[in-house]
Parts: sequence; C-alpha cells; structure tokens
Amino acid sequence: MGKPAKELDVSEITKAVRRMCISANYNVPDGSIQALKKALETEESGVGREVLARILENHRIAREECLAACQDTGVAMVFVEAGQDVRFVGGELYDAINEGVRQGYRDGYLRNSVVTDPLFERVNTGDNTPAFIYVDIVPGRDVKITVAAKGGGAENMSGLRMLTPAAGVEGIKQFVVEQVANAGPNPCPPVVVGVGIGGTFDRVAVLAKKALLRSVGSHNPHPMYAKLEAELLEEINKLGIGPQGFGGRTTALGVNIEFAPCHIASLPVAVNLNCHVGPHESVIL
Amino acid sequence: MDRVIETPLTADDISCLKIGDVVYLKGIIYTSRDMAHMTIKDKLDKGQSLPVDFRGAAVFHAGPVVRKTDTGWKLGVIGPTSSIRMEPYAEMVGELGVKAIIGKGGMHDKSRDAFQRYGQVYLQAAPGCAALLADGIEKIEEVHWFDLGMPEALWVLKAKKFGPLVVAMDSRGNSIYQDIRNKAQETIDLLYRPA
Repeated sequence: MGKPAKELDVSEITKAVRRMCISANYNVPDGSIQALKKALETEESGVGREVLARILENHRIAREECLAACQDTGVAMVFVEAGQDVRFVGGELYDAINEGVRQGYRDGYLRNSVVTDPLFERVNTGDNTPAFIYVDIVPGRDVKITVAAKGGGAENMSGLRMLTPAAGVEGIKQFVVEQVANAGPNPCPPVVVGVGIGGTFDRVAVLAKKALLRSVGSHNPHPMYAKLEAELLEEINKLGIGPQGFGGRTTALGVNIEFAPCHIASLPVAVNLNCHVGPHESVIL
Repeated sequence: MDRVIETPLTADDISCLKIGDVVYLKGIIYTSRDMAHMTIKDKLDKGQSLPVDFRGAAVFHAGPVVRKTDTGWKLGVIGPTSSIRMEPYAEMVGELGVKAIIGKGGMHDKSRDAFQRYGQVYLQAAPGCAALLADGIEKIEEVHWFDLGMPEALWVLKAKKFGPLVVAMDSRGNSIYQDIRNKAQETIDLLYRPA
C-alpha cells in the first residue's frame, strides 16, 4: 500500500487563482522584461527604440502603481497539472477556479472580457468567467497551477495548418513566418510566438498555447527544436515589422516550440501569439 | 515642442498631417469598438438619433477599465484595440464626420479610401501601454450604452494631452502599414522562394 492521497482544499486553489489573476496582469513576466531591455540595445530603428522604451516605462508604472499593464486583461486561461496522489476536497475544482477568476478580476479592477454566446447574444458575463481550463494528471503529490491572461488582439492572429510530411522544416518555417507577417501590427509586436508541431488538429493548438507558458528566453530541451526556435526568431526578425508595427528588427522577443508525436500522414503546425505583455504566472500547491 | 491638436477637429487640422507625424489630442474623445459601431449602424438604419455629435470627432477604438466611485466614473487604464475589426464601418464613420480614428494595427483599403474622401486620419496609440496612456485622460465626462458592457460602451473622455499618437494613415492615401506589409512580403519571397 502506498501513502494515502494528499488532501487539498479547493479554497486554496481559489486563493491562488485570485492572486495570480491580479499579479500576472500587473507584473509583466521577468523573461519578457529582460528580452525587451535586450531589444532596446539591439534595435536599429530610432522609432523602434522609442517604442521599446515607452513599453518598458509602461510596464514599470503598471508594476509600481498596481495597474494592469494592458487594458485587455484577457480571458483567464488556467492550466492545472494535478498530481495523481492528490484528492481535491471542500468543493468542485472547476467551481473553485472560476471563483478565483471572479474574485481576481473584481478585486484587481481587471476588465471583464468574456461574452456568453459567441454569435447571437454576445452579452458580457460580467465577471470574466468562465475560465478556460485545462487539467492534466501527472505523477506525484503536487498541484501546479498556471494562470495566463490571453488578450484578444494577439489571439485573433493565431493560425493552424495541417501540413503533410513532405513539407518538412521549410514548410513549417514558411507557415510560421507568414503567420507572423500576416499578423503584422495587430498582435501588438514585439510578440512572443508559440508554435505547436505534431499531435492532431486539436492537440497542436494546445501545444502552441502551452509553448507560450514557457518563459521568453528559455529553449526547448530537444536540441533540434531549440535550433529551430533560434532560426525562426532570426527569420521573423528579418520581416521588418518592428515594435508597434512601425518598422525595425524587433518583431518577436522569442519563439517557443512544443512538439508531440503525430500520425504517419500528418505534420500539423499551429501558431499562437502573445503580445509583449503576455501575462502568465504559476504556483505549486 | 509637442504638437497638440484640439477636438472638434477641422479639415485644416487633418489635411496638414502626414504619416510619421506625432501628435497629442486635447478635448473630447469618444470610445467605440465592435458593439458601439454595430449600435450606431442600427440606429442610423432605423432613423434614430445618436447620443453624441461625431462631427469633427476623434473616435478611439478602445475598451477601457473604469471604476464607479462616489464622485463619478474614474478611469483605470485604457489602450487601443485592433482597429481592423471596425473596417466594415469605414463609410459610415466617414459620413458621420469623424475626423480622427485612434487605434492600433491600422485599417485597410475601405478605410484608406474613406480617409481621402472624408478627410480623416488614423492615429496609432501605443498598444499594450494602457497604464501610460491613461495619464493623458483628465476625466470621464459620461457614458452611453453602458448596457453593452464596460468595454463596449461609448465613453466620453476628456483629454488634457493624450498621446503620443503616430499618424499611421493620412488623408492622402498613405499608410505606414502598407509600406511595412510590402517589405515583409519581399522578405518572405526572398527567404522561401521555391527552388
């Protein structure tokens, strides 16, 4: 017999989600700040440098004055990695997460940006719920929770294509770079590019989104994919879109790839973009 | 010296602006995004009146964060949303007499044509810099159509010095975005030209 399951009261999850909704929207991730500072040094466009300096100033004010860095505080995406030796008590997990989102967006003066029905009603739900929740069961006794606030401008510029094996590395590169080019100024460059490769139609989109949860400046542990990340970043930054879309070298701060096995006939690829704010934060309970 | 232009804007205010110029706005600014544009169209179609006069106006594609306090509405943060979603209303907005559109990401050919015919400009506010931009707004005068939700309502803002705003599309048919799109396409053709 193994150890009994660890009990975790879901009220702890509500508290953590509430806190992270607020904190993530006020505090732009360190990885992004470092990348923006580095870009300020390397950007050749005068306008581009001015824009980068202004962005850094905005993010500093947001942090110091406890304000949302961007008015679009997004939909709340919540990723749960639940250890299989954990038992949730005191209520329902999904309810607890939504309650945390409700409290966080209310107490942090964050914008409610969710509508009930996508097509006919489009009535604001008034509390930014429902959250968009993904739960993975993992080994162990910990629960890792990540909150990402996903803004609409960058999300609208996402894309997915079911390539076939012959497309290869070149096909992947062309799709990703074209996707960023077509997005142009809309996703609020400099952007972070999340790329999913492999899996199925549905899985590849989630991979692209999860790639954005990795900090800017980190690399895929697989050397071939890490190399592809670096090459894509270089090629994207040749497009000349630049900060705020007014030209320059800094179109992207980073490219993060996640990959998965796929069918013998398939080579799915998905691109999901984050703006330069890209709020996300994690905690382990 | 920073260049400040004041609403209501005149034809002369607009005609001298060219792409790349940097300006600040003073005076009344109206926010409108997807639902407000839809509502305007709906009211015009039904022959109903609008709550504000758009002649000479600056319209900001934005959904602000606002708090209600004892003394009235208080602005939290505000920043531009993607303007391309309002492209279908280019003609209507021109006819209303709007002189300046503030947003991000620019607009396409329908708007470019309208800008030339109606003498309008497109001004880009720094995207994702909502804390910084809110500084330029003195107060919220009033709100219309609050039932559309806080972001979608038509907010009447009073700006002391709102900006900096970059003239990204002017009234002569020039567009910074088009120039940059063309260059990006050239790069793609170069990088991935089939052998």
